[in-house]
Amino acid sequence: MIHKFRQLGYNIVLDTESNAVHVVDDCAYEMLDLISAPMNENMPEVFIMMLNDFSEEQVRETYSELYELWQKGALFCSDDYRRFSDTMVKSPVKSMCLNVAHDCNLRCGYCFAQTGDFGGERCVMSPETGKAAIDFLIKSSENRENLELDFFGGEPLMAWDTVVETVKYARSVEKQHGKHFRFTITTNGILLDDEKIKFINSEMSNCVLSLDGRREVNDKMRPTVNGGSSYDVIVPKFQKVVEERRRANKDYYVRATFTKNNLDFADDIIHLRSLGFTQLSAEPVVADEKEPYALTMDDLPKIFSEYDRLCEYMADENNPRFNFFHFMVDIDQGPCAIKRLRGCGCGNDYVAVEPHGDIYPCHQFVGIENWKMGNVADGTLNEDIRNYFAKTHIYSKNGCSGCWAKFYCSGGCNANAFIYEGDCRTPHIISCEMQKKRLECALALVVNKSMKEYE
Amino acid sequence: MSHVITINKGNLKATAEKGGCGKCQSSCQSACKTSCTVANQKCEAER
Repeated sequence: MIHKFRQLGYNIVLDTESNAVHVVDDCAYEMLDLISAPMNENMPEVFIMMLNDFSEEQVRETYSELYELWQKGALFCSDDYRRFSDTMVKSPVKSMCLNVAHDCNLRCGYCFAQTGDFGGERCVMSPETGKAAIDFLIKSSENRENLELDFFGGEPLMAWDTVVETVKYARSVEKQHGKHFRFTITTNGILLDDEKIKFINSEMSNCVLSLDGRREVNDKMRPTVNGGSSYDVIVPKFQKVVEERRRANKDYYVRATFTKNNLDFADDIIHLRSLGFTQLSAEPVVADEKEPYALTMDDLPKIFSEYDRLCEYMADENNPRFNFFHFMVDIDQGPCAIKRLRGCGCGNDYVAVEPHGDIYPCHQFVGIENWKMGNVADGTLNEDIRNYFAKTHIYSKNGCSGCWAKFYCSGGCNANAFIYEGDCRTPHIISCEMQKKRLECALALVVNKSMKEYE
Repeated sequence: MSHVITINKGNLKATAEKGGCGKCQSSCQSACKTSCTVANQKCEAER
């Protein structure tokens, strides 16, 4: 299958199953509406009449080039991947989201963790449970060497002792087990101080810093517990974290959430860049459509135009440089096809652990009793749930196998599908539409860079 | 003249046979946490 679209002034063609990307002229762009596989070596003569805006020579040349691409498997490539999906089995657990604090020192209006407590009591994880999670991960990872652990919450800095002790414990045992831990942390920054910044920048391979953009946008949805501004507290701390990480060549993201309140979110990204941050992300809010700040289908045209605006801004070499997480795509060296069949690994090679050690498929399932998979203390893991997620892939999800974006989103977020649609295998349509638009922008930026070099 | 410029030849099919080593990062451990973005992950098979 192919997907063709116009972005940044280019006619772009993605061949889904081969992952080939082409830039075509108007004649080829229109001709692609007329052809499908298998192609005949001889062009149908009717094309000359149907494409009468172009000369006969142009039409014949174009057909010849497209035919050559088809022969090479770079156009209308066949879909041979179902046979791999049919044999999908569960994988070793190698990645964990550790909810060290079910408590928070902000009161974000859109928090899917219900201001940090995930609908239960406010509590923090003990260092002993953190260490048990490390032992569980080492044991469950079987032959996997690279293990990932993200300190999450609530707000993980509220359980700082547990963070430090868990990291130190993991470092003390990783070599004897032949493992390498990669730690990350997702924080709102309120409790950052020099000691924590030093530890984070030393131990965490990536850190995600939550900030929504302009002061008024951020503070409307991310107030402090007493309703004050978090922006003024956080920004100088994040700038310090980032300055040190940049010197150490370590990754970070400043991660914004956008809602119906800031559908002009490109301005928030540009604002974050003006603060000196260059690794940026803006996630659509996850919220019940009944919430006044929730994104709905009616918002999509404005969201799309905003992604267009951001894409054009980034393509303009006169503007400050930055990376935008959702516009980053490596079309040549990206993940293998097997990885792309089921994406995030939720409930399979990725799990979340809450403060008492209970295990859930991912951080967004935490607190939903039916999805509890076990506990790190006794090492149990619900095999039925694991097998379910092992078999949840783009060929078992409703509508994914016929979608051009399937190898880029890998079927989308299972939690979003469950929360909105009541079924992990029924993708959330608004998320799909936004994802597809972001992918078009991402591919256009790749094309733009290549074409500039080509010229 | 050329009517098509190929930006990427497309090697996805070749990655299927030897893929699935599991060395790469889980996508939600990067920056998203609420959406599934896979294609910007790096293949780490040769590390």
